[in-house]
Amino acid sequence: MEAASVPVAPAVPFGEKARAFISTYGLIAILAALPVYYGVSDLVNDGNLTRLGNNLVAGLSNGAIWALIAIGYTLVYGIVELINFAHGEVFMIGSFVSASFFGTVGLTAATGVLGLVLGLALTLIVAMLGSGLLNVMIERVAYRPLRDAPKLAALITAVGMSFILQNVGLLWRGGSQEGITDLVQAQKELFSFGGVTVSNGDLLSVGVTIPLVLLMTAFITKSRLGKAMRATAQDPEAARLMGINVDTTISLTFLIGGMLAGAAGLIYALYQTTIWYFQGFTAGLIAFTAAVMGGIGNLRGAVLGGLIIGFIQQISDNRIGTEWTPALVFSFLVLIMVFKPSGLLGEQTREAG
Amino acid sequence: MSATETPPDAPGTPPGQISIKPQSALVARLTAPATQKLILPVVFLGLMALVPLVLDQSSPLLRDATLAAAYVVMALGLNIIVGFAGLLDLGYVAFFAIGAYTIGWLGSGFFAEANGGEGIHIAVTGFAASLPGIHVNFLLVLVAALIFTTIAGMIIGLPTLRLRGDYIAIVTLAFGEIIGDIAENGDRLSIGDYKLTNGKQGITPVDKIDLPLVEPFKLGAIDGRPWFWVALALVALVLFVNFRLRDSRLGRAWIALREDEVAASSMGIPLVKTKLLAYGTGAAFGGMSGAFLGSYLNTVNADQFQFSFSIFILSMVILGGLGSIWGVVVGAIALSFMNFRLIPELRDAPSLVGLDFELTDLSFGIFGFLLVIMMIMRPEGLLPERRRQIELTENLEGGDDVPVQAVKA
Repeated sequence: MEAASVPVAPAVPFGEKARAFISTYGLIAILAALPVYYGVSDLVNDGNLTRLGNNLVAGLSNGAIWALIAIGYTLVYGIVELINFAHGEVFMIGSFVSASFFGTVGLTAATGVLGLVLGLALTLIVAMLGSGLLNVMIERVAYRPLRDAPKLAALITAVGMSFILQNVGLLWRGGSQEGITDLVQAQKELFSFGGVTVSNGDLLSVGVTIPLVLLMTAFITKSRLGKAMRATAQDPEAARLMGINVDTTISLTFLIGGMLAGAAGLIYALYQTTIWYFQGFTAGLIAFTAAVMGGIGNLRGAVLGGLIIGFIQQISDNRIGTEWTPALVFSFLVLIMVFKPSGLLGEQTREAG
Repeated sequence: MSATETPPDAPGTPPGQISIKPQSALVARLTAPATQKLILPVVFLGLMALVPLVLDQSSPLLRDATLAAAYVVMALGLNIIVGFAGLLDLGYVAFFAIGAYTIGWLGSGFFAEANGGEGIHIAVTGFAASLPGIHVNFLLVLVAALIFTTIAGMIIGLPTLRLRGDYIAIVTLAFGEIIGDIAENGDRLSIGDYKLTNGKQGITPVDKIDLPLVEPFKLGAIDGRPWFWVALALVALVLFVNFRLRDSRLGRAWIALREDEVAASSMGIPLVKTKLLAYGTGAAFGGMSGAFLGSYLNTVNADQFQFSFSIFILSMVILGGLGSIWGVVVGAIALSFMNFRLIPELRDAPSLVGLDFELTDLSFGIFGFLLVIMMIMRPEGLLPERRRQIELTENLEGGDDVPVQAVKA
């Protein structure tokens, strides 16, 4: 009697089990490796975690920038299944628009607090509109004519657009890194908590990102247009049959993605205080890694991925060396692709399956 | 038909005993399809081989032609991966780097302390034989580069096996960037007492090409002709391999894979092997050309291995026509002359119309523009391969009812 009621565990071969274990926890283990290693070494050497804490704060601020860009990748991928390769350049143009606009509205390091806040808010709007419209234009010119062509074609035009925009940046502000006025005194200590310093730049980065992400999420989940976006992402044909204007919806997606990239561009310019035409390439790849890490097509995943990548990047910058950070991030990209192409929160996609 | 009877239309192999008319055997051989296919490549290579004879020994045009030939080799290598097998590789520069570092390591004074400062010399003659460092004969370096890059190509291919479409592009791009980063920062990495690379300082000088029976080559300015002929020999090799592979069982497997992976695999095509062979073969040519360029440019420098280089080579393939061998040759020649001659010559053109920049600043924007325009206006390239043309345009023009006969490759 008793024996019959106990469910017999199906005999799972060890290999299968190991594979399932790796696919569930492998990515988390890989991501945790660096923080844990340096956390332990901090505890052993300094007796506290202050240094790791500082890495975390700076990492989250950077990560907020990557998260904003990653959302653009994820939104666009979700709806047209295309890696918008030029997205990093849209972010770069956002930085350039911001830097040029500072002069237009007369923002200098001496501007008072109220003027600064108003001026930056205006700059934010201009940068977001500039990048958003640019992204819409890219879609119209380079992707829409190829929507029914093999995907290879659209990806190649995306790479082409990325080069064109890099060149626009090069002609606009020259080929070398350019320092811009440190308007918010980004590195100045705002407050300190148990040895962990939070600077003006950190506040700015997180303070702009959180409301934007909340607004955007609300728009996508609550509004009619957001609903249309989700429907189109699920099934463009069915959405069209239901009376949704698919072309407009796709343009809207590019607009939102571009606007967030523009905001990221402004934050980056204020936080890093240097800009150059090549910043979009690396940033684009880092943010793409973040999007894949979170699970491409998944908004929460993109934000989570961005923050994690920011943290890892900061640890690498601080401990291993800035010159190795890109290689490290790309290694993570390859590892995720190999072991868990669906990412932390994503579902299996056709591409990754 | 009995089993012993030779089919009357067996191409290119006229049966010896059952000759219809004895005097037409030679004619038959000459007009056989296999021979006809040879005519164009032989004439093309023959004419090209004569080019240096009409040019001055140290002509800059000869230098451009040599570089163009080296890029033809790379573009045809990439064509195997992207054009034949349909795997978009955005990190082809990795193979250029590995090939170039092969000659940097095995054909220069970079490892000056090797063998107690006396150097290691394998089959080298002339000046290099007396220098410290590792000096291996160019032909052996070429073989080594081929082996290294084939292995690297397969390693880079491995993680992409489960992926499709644009994910492959990103993973290959990531690998290309990783290799580029290692090249750039390799002067801070060491194996034993040796640095891995020389970063942006570059490994220089690199051994000149040293072939059996002829004097070791001298640097371009003195006599550029032998360099061109070696590059042309590499072109001949890569053309031969491209044509033979395209018409082989493997080539047909690649095309099947490109058109429909699921259908190909259910027809019994081994996906893993087929894809890895595409990566390996394509990579090998990037490596050989890289080794040649390392010697010809006399430096192996991290600045050479940028992402834009991968796109430069990809533009050649796209311009000429994905999968079209002659198209890619034309695309590579056109773009390398554009990059090394046309754009520098027109360098001051923007200032003539009152613009404040040099045209050379724009070169990669121009390639980007080319990619966009080609993909929108003429995705099949300048000299399209017919089969690929149908693939690329069938959805756009509703060409589902293309007759099967038209799809003959």
